[in-house]
Amino acid sequence: MNEDVRTGFEAFQPETFAFDEQSEAEIEKILRKYPPGRQASAVLPLLYLVQNQMARQTGSGWVPRAAMDVVAKRLEMPPIRVYEVATFYTMFQLRPVGRFHLQVCTTTPCWLRGSDKVVAACKQEAGIRGFGETSADGLFTLSEVECLGACVNAPVLQINNDLYEDLDAERTIALLQAFRRGEPPPPGSTIGRIGSAPEGGPMTLISEIEPPPAPGAE
Amino acid sequence: MPKVTIDGTVVEVPAGSSVLQACELAGKEIPRFCYHDRLSVAGNCRMCLVEVEKNPKPVASCAFPVADGMVVWTDSPMVRRGRRGALEFLLINHPLDCPICDQGGECDLQDESMAYGLDRSRFREQKRAVRDKYFGPLIKTVMTRCIHCTRCIRFAQEIAGVPELGATGRGENMEVTNYIERMLTSELSGNIIDLCPVGALTSKPYAFVARSWELVKTDSIDVLDAVGCNIRIDSRGPEVLRIVPRLHEDVNEEWLGDKSRFALDGLRRRRLDRPWVKRGGKLEEASWQEAFTAIADRLGRLNGARIGAVAGDLADAESMLALKHLMQQLGSNNLDCRQLGEKFDASRRDFYLFNTTIAGIEDADALLLIGTNPRREAPVLNARIRKRWLAGNFPVAAIGEPAELTYAVEWLGNSPQVLAQLLAEAHPFLKRLQAAERPMLILGQGALARADGAAMLAAAWELARKAGLLRPEWHGFNVLHAAAARVGALDLGFLPGEGGKSLDAMLDDGVDALWLLGADEFPIERIGPRTFVIYQGHHGDRGASRADVILPGAAYTEKHGTYVNTEGRVQRGALAVYPPGDAREDWKILRAFSAVMGKPLPYDDLESLRAKLEAENPIFGRIDECPRRGCADLSGPKGDAQALTDAPFVSPISDYYRTDPISRASPTMALCQEALRANMPIAAE
Repeated sequence: MNEDVRTGFEAFQPETFAFDEQSEAEIEKILRKYPPGRQASAVLPLLYLVQNQMARQTGSGWVPRAAMDVVAKRLEMPPIRVYEVATFYTMFQLRPVGRFHLQVCTTTPCWLRGSDKVVAACKQEAGIRGFGETSADGLFTLSEVECLGACVNAPVLQINNDLYEDLDAERTIALLQAFRRGEPPPPGSTIGRIGSAPEGGPMTLISEIEPPPAPGAE
Repeated sequence: MPKVTIDGTVVEVPAGSSVLQACELAGKEIPRFCYHDRLSVAGNCRMCLVEVEKNPKPVASCAFPVADGMVVWTDSPMVRRGRRGALEFLLINHPLDCPICDQGGECDLQDESMAYGLDRSRFREQKRAVRDKYFGPLIKTVMTRCIHCTRCIRFAQEIAGVPELGATGRGENMEVTNYIERMLTSELSGNIIDLCPVGALTSKPYAFVARSWELVKTDSIDVLDAVGCNIRIDSRGPEVLRIVPRLHEDVNEEWLGDKSRFALDGLRRRRLDRPWVKRGGKLEEASWQEAFTAIADRLGRLNGARIGAVAGDLADAESMLALKHLMQQLGSNNLDCRQLGEKFDASRRDFYLFNTTIAGIEDADALLLIGTNPRREAPVLNARIRKRWLAGNFPVAAIGEPAELTYAVEWLGNSPQVLAQLLAEAHPFLKRLQAAERPMLILGQGALARADGAAMLAAAWELARKAGLLRPEWHGFNVLHAAAARVGALDLGFLPGEGGKSLDAMLDDGVDALWLLGADEFPIERIGPRTFVIYQGHHGDRGASRADVILPGAAYTEKHGTYVNTEGRVQRGALAVYPPGDAREDWKILRAFSAVMGKPLPYDDLESLRAKLEAENPIFGRIDECPRRGCADLSGPKGDAQALTDAPFVSPISDYYRTDPISRASPTMALCQEALRANMPIAAE
């Protein structure tokens, strides 16, 4: 994705950006965590706020250059230091994406468990040819990402900020259709798995055990 | 101090040194790309690998501190293998375009490839290509050549104080960029060209002009500001092609301002290359003899008291002395060098010098700027202030026009009344100055070149006395000059003699004939209509446009000249190329003219003229000597410290890129000015 980022002055870049009330309230909370003079540490959460606010306002969660300038000003740091952070992390989108950003993990565990089929299903359902593309209706953008840290429930697809796990081709298509209808299912396993427990329910620690008495307790 | 054994030699190095520094002390050359001794340590090129005993792997010596008893090998098989590997990785994405690269011949990567490079590539994949960036009209980028040493990023952040460069992206997509395609807003930006170890950042005006081995290199002195930066003039045939800084720890370290580096294309334009004489209201080409006769006819009929001479900002001491002698022969005391009407007191040297010295800034612990913008007036000196400020515990306050100086400044207000308050002990900053052990103040030309300049000088001295800036072992009173010729002229006494007229009195027909030695900065339009003007200089600038006779002189690259910088350091520039056409070295013109007048000046060569220079003022015999000064005599300069007005300070330099005839004739400087203006609306946000 980063190779597309050139100057911050592409045609799709908005001229200005301003935090809305909801973001401002969050910023206040975030900045309170850092001592004065160390606000620059808040650059990651603020960029994340930008991306969420853009999703809220425009339906496309991305970070425009104008917003990076606003963050730089707010945190009293040179704009280039914000550009560096925003371009370093692939989780920040530097160009508009679809309303639902499909991030398929294709790292080894997911790949072994059939991520190729998830990718194919996404392409088929969204009607796009490859990674980085956005569907004609502007709903879906497909991206290839590295490990999302949910290998136990591979293969995994992240849609915007939520993970959908244990996918196969059909369930992926059903998932996308649900999103298209505007009825996103709750995130997590799509086969009813509880957390990262084994398929079909827990296999150890089934009965409840009395905890041993604390040392020194009578 | 720890003792370290390097390749069998034991050296003692200061605690806290890196292994690389220890190796250098032992005389071992360690290859490096990212390490630079004036920048922070990055440790990312891995070229400086050495073997340290009991260490299983080679270590990056630039980032590895020494310890007592350490045994280091700089040329073991492990070291050589490691460096070869590091270089192979650096070369993976580096293009093989040395034949068309401007860095070719002076490229660190090329040199190290000769020592550690493989003769073939094992890389079979696609090489990466990176789009070039726009860094302004001075710096050309070929970013595919970049090896990510980050020297330019660190320079912009640390030395120049304009954090505008960074590395975006990650891994294979990392790029060094400013992201927003704008000119770097630093007067020192050209230095990243020198710092770049490869051909990623090269000089735009010098692109494809010459190869480094074709150039004749002449050590000289820069005259486009008063710092007296040491430079090397690279020329080929009759043309100066490049100017780069030379190391001088006490003056410019290894930096050079962009104007001094890039204004050289102004040396080829608007040049006066033959004499001109005005006949019937129109300038016509003439021979030297005709020009001299025209002047002699006119001056011969005049009373000496009706003849005046003004020395310009770029004049060398030799030609000013020759002009002074000529005027004395003509019976004139009307000499002046203060083109902006600065109120100096030349009765004592420390009244007009940068007494703390430039290197001395690093020992100061409080600073007050009065009517000066050192970033524009002397960018290299400003970098030294920033260096001191970065070291910490250095309160800086300023009276004058607020500006971004690249360090934190407490702006006390833009009125001389603040100075009056400080004097009346009614201002809190006085306490900070008094509490400091080695406080200093810098008085700019913006404070002296005004109606109440003399009062300003007296008030500043009085403040210096009161705040303890003047001590037997420390001199904290500084005048920052903007013109390279000024201190030399003051040392020579190029000022109105007894009963002589100042520049102001010479204007408006105060004299009948005016000899301008490269003087272009005073209000030319105030020369009276009946005044006969002789312009001796190298550029067809403001002064030449009003001249009745033009005598073509030599620019600073074309003559052996002596210049005194703002600290009073006497330095000698050298001739790199000959003046164009009929133009001649300036002192020779004056000497030749004196012969036409029948009274030849008593020197026929540079040596005898320099002997006279030394006789005039012995400091001209002490080349490059600038001892730290103290102040024993506290009595102040002339001027009534109470006569301060309310008028706000105005810097004499409104545009850094165009301050003198050379930079005004330079298309590159014009481009810089335009690019800077394009930056402006963003800066104003």
